[in-house]
Amino acid sequence: MTWIPEVASNLASKVDGLLILITLLSLVFFILITVVLVYFAIKYRRKREDEETPYITGNEPLEIIWTVIPSILLIILFVYGYVVFKDMRTPPEDALEVTVEGKQWLWTFDYYNGKKTINELYVQHNRPVRLVMEAPDVLHSFFVPAFRVKQDLVPGRYTQLWFTPTKIGTFDIFCAEYCGTGHSAMLGKVIVLSPEAYEIWEKGVKADEGAGVASLPPAELGEKIYKEKGCNACHSVDGSVLVGPSFKGIFGHAAVMQDGSSVNVDENYIKQSIIEPQAHVVKGFQPVMPSFKGILSDEEVTALVAYIKTLK
Amino acid sequence: MSSRIPIVPENTIPLPSLKANNGLLSWVASVDHKQIGIMYLIITLVYFLLGGLEALLIRVQLAHPGNDFLTPETYNQLFTMHGTTMIFFVVMPFLIGVGVYLLPLMIGARDMAFPRLNALSFWLFFFGGILLYYSFFTQSGAPDVGWFAYAPLSEKPFSLNKGPTYWALGLLASGIGSVASGLNNVVTILTMRTPGMTMRRIPLFVWMMLVTSLLLVFVIPIITAAFAMMLLDSLLGATFFTPAHGGSAILWQHFFWGFGHPEVYILILPAFGIISEVIPVFSRKPIYGYEFVAASTVAIGLLSLGVWAHHMFAVGLGNVANAYFSLASMLIAIPTGIKVLNWVATMWGGRINFATPMLFATAFIIEFVIGGLTGVAIASVPIDWVVTDSYFIVAHFHYAIFGGSVFAIFAGVYYWFPKFTGRMLSETLGKWHFWLTVIGFNMTFFIQHFLGVMGMPRRTYTYYDMPYWGSMNLISTIGAMILGLSVIVFVWNILASLRHGKPAGDNPWNAWTLEWATTSPAAVENFELVPPVRGRRPLWDLAYPDMPDEPGAKIV
Repeated sequence: MTWIPEVASNLASKVDGLLILITLLSLVFFILITVVLVYFAIKYRRKREDEETPYITGNEPLEIIWTVIPSILLIILFVYGYVVFKDMRTPPEDALEVTVEGKQWLWTFDYYNGKKTINELYVQHNRPVRLVMEAPDVLHSFFVPAFRVKQDLVPGRYTQLWFTPTKIGTFDIFCAEYCGTGHSAMLGKVIVLSPEAYEIWEKGVKADEGAGVASLPPAELGEKIYKEKGCNACHSVDGSVLVGPSFKGIFGHAAVMQDGSSVNVDENYIKQSIIEPQAHVVKGFQPVMPSFKGILSDEEVTALVAYIKTLK
Repeated sequence: MSSRIPIVPENTIPLPSLKANNGLLSWVASVDHKQIGIMYLIITLVYFLLGGLEALLIRVQLAHPGNDFLTPETYNQLFTMHGTTMIFFVVMPFLIGVGVYLLPLMIGARDMAFPRLNALSFWLFFFGGILLYYSFFTQSGAPDVGWFAYAPLSEKPFSLNKGPTYWALGLLASGIGSVASGLNNVVTILTMRTPGMTMRRIPLFVWMMLVTSLLLVFVIPIITAAFAMMLLDSLLGATFFTPAHGGSAILWQHFFWGFGHPEVYILILPAFGIISEVIPVFSRKPIYGYEFVAASTVAIGLLSLGVWAHHMFAVGLGNVANAYFSLASMLIAIPTGIKVLNWVATMWGGRINFATPMLFATAFIIEFVIGGLTGVAIASVPIDWVVTDSYFIVAHFHYAIFGGSVFAIFAGVYYWFPKFTGRMLSETLGKWHFWLTVIGFNMTFFIQHFLGVMGMPRRTYTYYDMPYWGSMNLISTIGAMILGLSVIVFVWNILASLRHGKPAGDNPWNAWTLEWATTSPAAVENFELVPPVRGRRPLWDLAYPDMPDEPGAKIV
């Protein structure tokens, strides 16, 4: 069914069961009320102005019936919901832990073995994962529709979320809590790998070398990184001003900094802006960019520079 | 009578009006509950148009994926202002304004208990709105932090512009006015009733305003205190809500929703009151189960104080807290359901006149039931986790507040316009308005349930081209345009009817509550002589002296 996103975690089918039950019950009540209402509307339509009406002021047994029956149904719904809720709050002991940081406006994932990825969460098929989440700036919310999970990230405390991915593939991550200008671009992917592929990913090339992308020409690799590592949340390539300056046509030109000085935008300036973003902030923008030191490799920074050069 | 009809036309007993010797001053300086009520209605109409325009801009931006009709900054300001405007400067003050006009009339009083306090409430609301909207003209623009202004996004260093400060100041001012209104209503209802108007006989609209007013008195101070703390944070460097300096972001949410959820009932209970007046009159039958409708209102008022954290299921509160708030939220469905069934039962055996007020009241039941049923679904925590902060929630609360409150407001406007102005609204334009509203509203919002279940987060400036999202959003945008058209018809109807509408007479709908016993528009001092009240339908008893509602009430 296309209205409901695909079922890709162990929790999804449980939530769907509850959702379908509540939807059906709601439909029954909705149809009952609507049918009666429409029937009355047709049957008791006033035809002449002088028609008389009966004097009816109520019926206590009827009031009690339509209070008690919905009450019983609601208690059943509550208990069913509570059982599913307990499941969703109790991660298995052997769940693999990943630390998630959501910040304006990208996701970073830290794995047990020191790997670190941006906007891409790698997990293993049929292996429970527990996410320990924090936000250094404002509220965010980690939302994967295909897994039916959502959890806010709250500054100053950890929150947690768990699921077992049951389908191999790539699934969308959204930020569901409004978090400022770049909210709608705070997107990511969960990549569910088969155990074999996961093992290769786990032991294989360091994440910051970018698995399997070495064969691309630098400018194309740069464009891929621009889109995948979250640069596009704040920097446009068409000249429009988002949170940060646009990349269009900046290379080789002088830019005015916050302190009034002028800096020539060359390879070194771009590299410095990625590694130490607060060193020279362009006039008119806030010093909010996070450092990508240790997240992007030298090759990736070089590729980004090559990409920015092409944006005339 | 001259050919030009002012906003409140002249009456045989002259009412202070724009044409009176004091002109505008007679309005600005007025402490008359009817003039203050009319001023509320006019100002809320202006804000309704502004908030509607903001909504249309939002929908145009979302019409197709990757649109850049607006900048993200403008978009964020627009959705913040749309929500704030519609809740604090349209629905709430409209209902307060209708209450201010009608409460004294319905209970046979000459004015509110505290007429000057009444004027103070209005002017705090008036200037609060100006303070909020003035932010558009400042360098940093309007607030852009959403209508619930979650900390720490609404505070330094994440919000360096002045928008949230104007927002808090404007709402602080109008909020103090709302508390005063609430107090004024409670005292008026409890002490100013005409002899015979016992609490078991007051119109249900008055019952609902009583409960609403108590809620105003209890919950607005919560948010007023929170606004003060937010202003201390932003202007004097306090850290109540900034986790980086030892404050708590969650504390703001508890304060906000501690006010914010009862606020939902402040928006809907008076609407229930309007429906409880319109349906019996147009069915020509007394309300079915008066006691149950009144008692369920009290139950809703009490329950509404203890369910706020269902807005916070995704924050990660403890299991016990989540379970309690889930159960309590579900229970609210019961007193609400009782009301719906009693309204339907009122139509049973009646002789229903489907004039425009009744059309809106009937549609209200259907639209509000949809909003109520989705409300039960999201009271269940696992479902809330999936759909919260998605378009499902946007659909849900628009069904409750537009399909509920605003449909009832339209019913009320068509019902009482003759009383307010002495002229009828056009039935032809009214029917156009009704059908365009029903089509536009459902087209805009029904599909958003599905968008939400498919995962589209709310408050996103734009979205990528996911399967179906583009076409579903386009349908929603077209619906919003139809809704916009319906509002033009509505405003046209008001303006045209003020000039050329059919004269109404005192009681055009053959209604039975006391406001219809006086002239239209109501005279200065309201009544020359208050009719005797010997039952719930005093004018019915007068019209049919041989078969009064309560035995022994026969008028000799």
